[in-house]
Amino acid sequence: MFTYILRRILSSIPVLFGILAVTFILARAIPGDPCRAMLGEKATQAVCDQFIHRHGLDKPILTQFGIYVTEIARGDFGESLRFGKPVTTLMSERLPTTLELTFAAMGFSIFVGIPLGIISAVRQNSLIDIGTMVVANIGISMPVFWLGLMLAYVFALLLRGTPLQLPPSGRLSPGLSPDPFYVVWGLNVTSQGLLSVLNFISRLNMLNAILIGRLDIFWDAFKHIILPAVAVGTIPLALIARMTRSSMLDVLGTDYMRTARAKGLPRLRQVMKHALRNALLPLVTIIGLSLGSFLGGAVLTETIFNLSGVGRILYDAITARDYIIVQSFTVVIAIFFVVLNLIVDISYLYLDPRVRLD
Amino acid sequence: MSDVTKSKTTGQVRILDAEKLSTEKPVTLWGTARRRLFRRKSAILGIVILGILVIIAIFAPWLAPYDPQEVLIGIEKVRVRQAPCIHLLGCPADQPQHIMGTDGNVRDEFSRMLFGARLSLIIGFTTVTFAIIIGTVLGALAGYLGGWVDNVIMRFMDVLLAFPSLLLAIAIVTILGPGLINALLAIGIVSIPAYARVTRSAVLTTREMEFVEASRSLGGSTLYILFGRILPNSMTPLIVQGTLGIATAILDAAALSFLGLGAQPPTPEWGSMLSAERNQVFTAPYLVFYPGLAIMLVVLSFNLLGDGLRDALDPRLAMRTK
Repeated sequence: MFTYILRRILSSIPVLFGILAVTFILARAIPGDPCRAMLGEKATQAVCDQFIHRHGLDKPILTQFGIYVTEIARGDFGESLRFGKPVTTLMSERLPTTLELTFAAMGFSIFVGIPLGIISAVRQNSLIDIGTMVVANIGISMPVFWLGLMLAYVFALLLRGTPLQLPPSGRLSPGLSPDPFYVVWGLNVTSQGLLSVLNFISRLNMLNAILIGRLDIFWDAFKHIILPAVAVGTIPLALIARMTRSSMLDVLGTDYMRTARAKGLPRLRQVMKHALRNALLPLVTIIGLSLGSFLGGAVLTETIFNLSGVGRILYDAITARDYIIVQSFTVVIAIFFVVLNLIVDISYLYLDPRVRLD
Repeated sequence: MSDVTKSKTTGQVRILDAEKLSTEKPVTLWGTARRRLFRRKSAILGIVILGILVIIAIFAPWLAPYDPQEVLIGIEKVRVRQAPCIHLLGCPADQPQHIMGTDGNVRDEFSRMLFGARLSLIIGFTTVTFAIIIGTVLGALAGYLGGWVDNVIMRFMDVLLAFPSLLLAIAIVTILGPGLINALLAIGIVSIPAYARVTRSAVLTTREMEFVEASRSLGGSTLYILFGRILPNSMTPLIVQGTLGIATAILDAAALSFLGLGAQPPTPEWGSMLSAERNQVFTAPYLVFYPGLAIMLVVLSFNLLGDGLRDALDPRLAMRTK
């Protein structure tokens, strides 16, 4: 078991290294002078010389790569030209919004997708099954940004004045700015490191609202996140529903399911305990793979719903041609993606006893 | 003389008999696949939607009532973002007909939509062709040669797959500079690993088959065996992957255009048309609705066709129904 975990961790090291190499090559492939590409056309010669010296751009290419890797390992991504702040600060400010959106979207796609898939498999070829599969096919074919805009149109404009009206932008209603939970709790934090961690957590609005006991703020934040989460979660939802269905159909046809039926187990118990557990494995893989889709969806959706998260900053950086942000966010998200997939792989240990025995 | 005729006739009779005997057509992979494909309603729906889109794409210049890039100010009595006006549905006859209204630059939205079909299909086919050619060669070499070649190629593919695909495409286009060609290149590069993987695994299974061994013992060169013998016999998974890949490529290209990295105005591309009018979603929703719907339909058609092909070309399933 430990060898399995160790082997998986070791095998992701070359991939991480490869990610660094690819982003390094991409950064060096920017046409023209790297300094002016990074710092802007107006950078003076003195500033450029300093920049080139600091990043070792006058050294051999392999040394440059070494410097690049150590800078990233230290968490130093440089400073954004557009925002005038270190990239790391920007990330810690923006990441909570995206995390909240991703978790909400994930929750939506899992808690709706899996039950739909189960019902479709158990009632194969019924109206529910056909309906689910039609919706799933349409779901994976929809552009995320279009769905987002259409949801905003329907729920903010067409349904205005009805109880179903939902806010189309922002994270909280104007005027609401809850204090961070550690301030409300009266904690006196002096350590800079701890303070940034607490700040990061307090920027997760829904969690912060619970921690300070303000259910009205939680509800407001929840209402704001519904539309973007549905937009981001629809494609993964369609994939999850399809996968649950086919995986459940495979399991339902096995001999032990017949045994379970023959010995007279209640239907619900058969499906939930005997079938679903064994159908989960391919599902975990699919959920792991959809993380990319969640992140890509966040880039497209945050702009539409006016959420200042990682996706939005990436969009602004693209428009402003702020290479440093594009490059460092790409690296960080790719590393995040590899680590999450590693966790998915390790979770097989608990889901599939056969992996443990190997 | 009469004998000859007679023998001729009998001969003909014999030939006819022989033809009668062999009337049952041989079972071929493509024949079975076609029959199985047409048995699926969803695949037929995909083919029908795709067929309509192809017709629209080919005949766009004749179908479109206006030039897709013509600004109608001063030519007609229309306003910016004029709501759809259809004479049959009660729009006053003195007002020019614009089925889908006019856009922010007073161009006929319907004509632009028709021309968009062209671009969308071209985008799908070119990126996937590019990715298939490179991916197939890489995957075939990796699978057939094995050893360090396999290791180097496939580890590199793993690295490309480690990035969320849209994000890597964004990073590539940001560096190459925005534009349709660069966006296509980026999407092409990002989708190479999928084809390399599919080809590699197909080659690995085909490599050990007897007809390959026969070809090798006849002295066929490595290149001939690989591209003349093995690859044609590993085509089916590639066709399925390619069809589904077109769907993804069109979606990604639309997303890049939406972010301003793909097709640039005034090109009538659905993603950038939608992007240009996205702030008008509350005032002129039709300018956002139609391009998105069109993207969805073209992607849906390739997805349905791809799913159908996957089931139709799966030899295990084909056996069962035979």
